[in-house]
Amino acid sequence: MAESTSIKQKMPFRIRIEPRLSEPPAWYPALVSFGALIVALILGGILITLAGGDALRSYQHIAKASFGDIGVLSDTIVKATPIILAALACSVAFRMKLWNIGAEGQFIMGAFGASAIVLAPVLPADTSRWIFIPVMMLAGMVAGAIWGFIPGYLKAKFNVNEIISTLMLNYVAVAWVNFWIFGVWTEGGFQMTPKFPNGASLPRLLELSKTFPAVRGLTTHFGLLIGIVAAIVLWFIIFRSRWGYEIRLIGDNPQAAKYAGINITQNTIWVMMLSGALAGLGGMSEIAGVVHRLQTAPIAAGYGFTGIIVAWLAKLNPIVIIFVSILFGALILAGREIQPSGVPKMIQGIILVCLIASDFLLRYRIIISRGEE
Amino acid sequence: MTEQPSSTSETPLIVEMRKIVKRFPGVLANDHVDFKLLHGEIHGLLGENGAGKSTLMNVLAGLYRQEAGTIFVNGEPKVFSSPRDAIKAGIGMVHQHFMLVPSQTVTENILLGLDEPHFFLRLPEYDSKVAELGERFGLKVDPRAKIWQLSVGEQQRVEILKMLYRGVDVLIMDEPTAVLAPQEIEGLFVTLRAMIAQGKSVIFISHKLHEVSTIADHVSVLRRGVCTASGVPSKGVSRQELARLMVGREVVFSLDKKPSNPQSVVLEVDDIYAENDKGLPALRGVSLNVRAGEIVGVAGVAGNGQSEISQVISGMRQCKQGQVLLNGDKVSNRTTLFGIQHGMAYVPEDRTHVGSAPNLSITDNVIMKNYRKPPISNNGLLDMKAATKLANELKLAYDIIVPNVSTPVRLLSGGNLQRVILAREISGLPAFMVAVQPTRGLDVGAIEGVQRLLLAQREAGAAVLLISEELEELLSLSDRIYVIYEGKIMGEVKVGGSDTDERLVDVIGQMMTGTPLDQIQKEGAVA
Repeated sequence: MAESTSIKQKMPFRIRIEPRLSEPPAWYPALVSFGALIVALILGGILITLAGGDALRSYQHIAKASFGDIGVLSDTIVKATPIILAALACSVAFRMKLWNIGAEGQFIMGAFGASAIVLAPVLPADTSRWIFIPVMMLAGMVAGAIWGFIPGYLKAKFNVNEIISTLMLNYVAVAWVNFWIFGVWTEGGFQMTPKFPNGASLPRLLELSKTFPAVRGLTTHFGLLIGIVAAIVLWFIIFRSRWGYEIRLIGDNPQAAKYAGINITQNTIWVMMLSGALAGLGGMSEIAGVVHRLQTAPIAAGYGFTGIIVAWLAKLNPIVIIFVSILFGALILAGREIQPSGVPKMIQGIILVCLIASDFLLRYRIIISRGEE
Repeated sequence: MTEQPSSTSETPLIVEMRKIVKRFPGVLANDHVDFKLLHGEIHGLLGENGAGKSTLMNVLAGLYRQEAGTIFVNGEPKVFSSPRDAIKAGIGMVHQHFMLVPSQTVTENILLGLDEPHFFLRLPEYDSKVAELGERFGLKVDPRAKIWQLSVGEQQRVEILKMLYRGVDVLIMDEPTAVLAPQEIEGLFVTLRAMIAQGKSVIFISHKLHEVSTIADHVSVLRRGVCTASGVPSKGVSRQELARLMVGREVVFSLDKKPSNPQSVVLEVDDIYAENDKGLPALRGVSLNVRAGEIVGVAGVAGNGQSEISQVISGMRQCKQGQVLLNGDKVSNRTTLFGIQHGMAYVPEDRTHVGSAPNLSITDNVIMKNYRKPPISNNGLLDMKAATKLANELKLAYDIIVPNVSTPVRLLSGGNLQRVILAREISGLPAFMVAVQPTRGLDVGAIEGVQRLLLAQREAGAAVLLISEELEELLSLSDRIYVIYEGKIMGEVKVGGSDTDERLVDVIGQMMTGTPLDQIQKEGAVA
């Protein structure tokens, strides 16, 4: 302590940190987030340089590899789609301070549920898309919701810590899917199921290439639309519905929610189910839009965990989640393109740390004054 | 640093705090407070909850840094940037919540954070040192006992020993009796006197008048961050005088209270038993009733079951036995929603943790009770336009001073927040309202506003149950007052009847300390 006082005395100015007493202007949070992003890129650049790389060229390469032309942009969006839905799932649970770490498992179960429609088979292989897709969406959401219901019910009735239960259920989900693809639905002993019929796949942009030659080869699929619609609907639920009001109130102050006559037990279960359903929808979109068969590796690729980070970075705002997901989709894609591929992961991490740290500036202000008062 | 310490009389000042200012978001906790501690005295520091006592002492103990003002120790100006600095200057504080490691022994806890022993622990050697110190000050405690094995009183002794071991001359005790049983309080007083005899000085923070007048040589009183009495000899001042300095707000405004016109009974509390958060009995057979068009007060010293009454009535707490009827419907042991839907309004004691959602906007906070029905919501959808319109109307009608209604309520001052809560509760046109400490921590202007709102409710024909620790407030607002002591109603008095206010204060005071009304009346008849 003695050291710190002496430093203070040597400095020509004093730095004080005070809690903000009034709300900063509306543009301020956006500016701070943007500033944090810049700082993160600079820090990342320094690390790349220290490792003997050329920071500027790396960034250029990343930008080119993920946004450079319409083809890679389309790939970026394909990567962003499952992240959007997983992040929406996390955001609604986090809004109520339910720490659902299980979007990954709910995502996998959603993929399983959608696949079961094709593989069980619930619908014959020659069913039209108009029936196949809605039924698969429904099945994905139901399977995800069940996977959310379990920890939600345990939390509501027995106060079981949802962090533990959701995390554990992730592993159960992987094991469950493995059981089906190794045994029941295996394609000739390989760890995957047979390819789905055309009717069970989401429409892709490239299918329009006969009418619009410009979209030839673009793999962006209908899941993007599902994600965007889901984000808008979720925004509406959270900010414009009675239920959303209850969720926000419980999240901010459970005591006050109880005081307002809100049933917290019931809401815990419903919100976990909604969260699970959104993640399950993400799993369905990925399986029907990209993978076209049930297979563990591409489905359990960590979208549920990336969703946690994205949800936080977007400050739980469903609309902002779309844009942050695209940024993360780009970083994932760039990871394949540039070597060493650890770099985009590192940049992701630095961006996260900087954005979280920048939150401090929203709550506190820093006052620099000359000399002693 | 041109300031000089005050010139002293015969007894030297050991600590002088001059014009201390400490601000917290939205509150001025210490407003130019002066405080003087004489060498070798026990100095009582009195004040209500939130008056700024602990803040002032946390400044002295180096936990907070004052924004303005100077601290002198033995005549020298000091700047404390941490408790370590304060201890170096000989000032130590024993906090209300102990800071001990339960799995370690008494000696280990005392040595924690010290530079000695250097490498080898050599505990037996230190054990005997601790035992010796304890003996000197009458603080009996086994140095080898683990903290978790000790009673609360013994743990407090360890905290005191910790400070004595560090060689402090001034010991600040923050509400030390709050956690102790009566016999333990006696033991603590013996210890404090032993310390004085050996040349230490003690600052004794409390809001209990009788303790301070028993133990202290001089008394200072804080009220709302301002010093209302500084170092008056405790022998020369009556408890009534101290009480007035502490809570007494001179009647600076006259409430225009119409004669009461009570109608039928709205709320009936029938023989309820309930436990507090620790699972100990808090209410033991409480019965009372409130009629339409009257304000009924509940008086009592803090912590005698007042909070629990309001919680059982509002449905926030379950009761073990008995029932609460609102217009004939049972509301106890049902959901809070049931009460809300049957016309109950509740102004809770804790504005920030129960009464509001701090990060949500004023709009979101004012629709907390009526968001379920039109015009705020239709078919499950919120009508934000209608909600904002309502919030703006309430902002005007209740004089809520903010630039706009999208401001999160955590940024509001205490008075403004209370107005938001009252606006919400009253605008629902309740048949019954329970208000707990509605004016605590507010400035005079805000108090007047809140009290007028409560009277307006009474005139509008609502039944109001007012739970307060402010006797003057109860006397000026209530038509009847129940007095509670250790979870039991000691009796009920009528305000504005044949008894004078002085007589009422006397009777209520006796009931507040545990004498039932019938006993007081019997004794009165004998005399």
